[in-house]
Amino acid sequence: MNLRRYLILGVVALSSALGDTFMSIGMKRIGPVPLSHPGELLSALQTPWVLGGVLLLLVFFASYLTALTWADLTFVLPATSFAYVALALLSRFWLQEQISTARWLGIALITAGVGFVTQGPAYTPRHSSDHP
Amino acid sequence: MNSGPAIAVMVAIIVLTATAGDVFMASAMRAVGDLDRIKAARGLRGAIWAVVSEGRFLAGVVWMALSFFALLFSLSHADVSLIAPAAGSLTFVSNALAAKYLLHENVDRRRWLAAVFVCCGVALLKH
Repeated sequence: MNLRRYLILGVVALSSALGDTFMSIGMKRIGPVPLSHPGELLSALQTPWVLGGVLLLLVFFASYLTALTWADLTFVLPATSFAYVALALLSRFWLQEQISTARWLGIALITAGVGFVTQGPAYTPRHSSDHP
Repeated sequence: MNSGPAIAVMVAIIVLTATAGDVFMASAMRAVGDLDRIKAARGLRGAIWAVVSEGRFLAGVVWMALSFFALLFSLSHADVSLIAPAAGSLTFVSNALAAKYLLHENVDRRRWLAAVFVCCGVALLKH
């Protein structure tokens, strides 16, 4: 693991959290979309917040796939779960939502989990024939 | 439809399809190899082609789509405050099991601890 790869893991986490936040803001401004009018979801894509959210989620997907080329799934998933913490902090300080004690405890547990996994090796060497 | 067993089945389907998606995606990207090298040799278009022409990547996309629609279906029958943390947290554990037995990753004690901590943390975040 080098600095660039840690940065990619950071991009995975932040783009996911920011993408979800953008989508949340955009969809709250649009209001409930009835199941009988699914086409309204397409018009939601024309709003800046939702479009920004989709672009950020594309960044997330590209960086997530990149990370999987040099790290194990059981490394990438916990390491990038910092997105949940970022999302909670964005909700608290940007969207002004309240965070309960249980949520702060959850944030602490996730941070500990990220700390555990990033201290270990990222990659399991294997034969190319190993696949599901 | 909102009974305990029905919700458990819906959560199980979300978890299983999400895990299948992650496992196929991880397997595909491992098979593709270092994207930086591919990009240097064949350009961005070549790197994108290397990914999308990998069969396991397409299988991963299909499973992820199934998981997404299973989530949407379950949200129309049960509260998001129940479904999202249950499915989100259990997926960390199921992924660790699948990665160990299907991808043959070295899931040591450190990784198990991380999966369990994140699983509990995600469940608590929704309170």
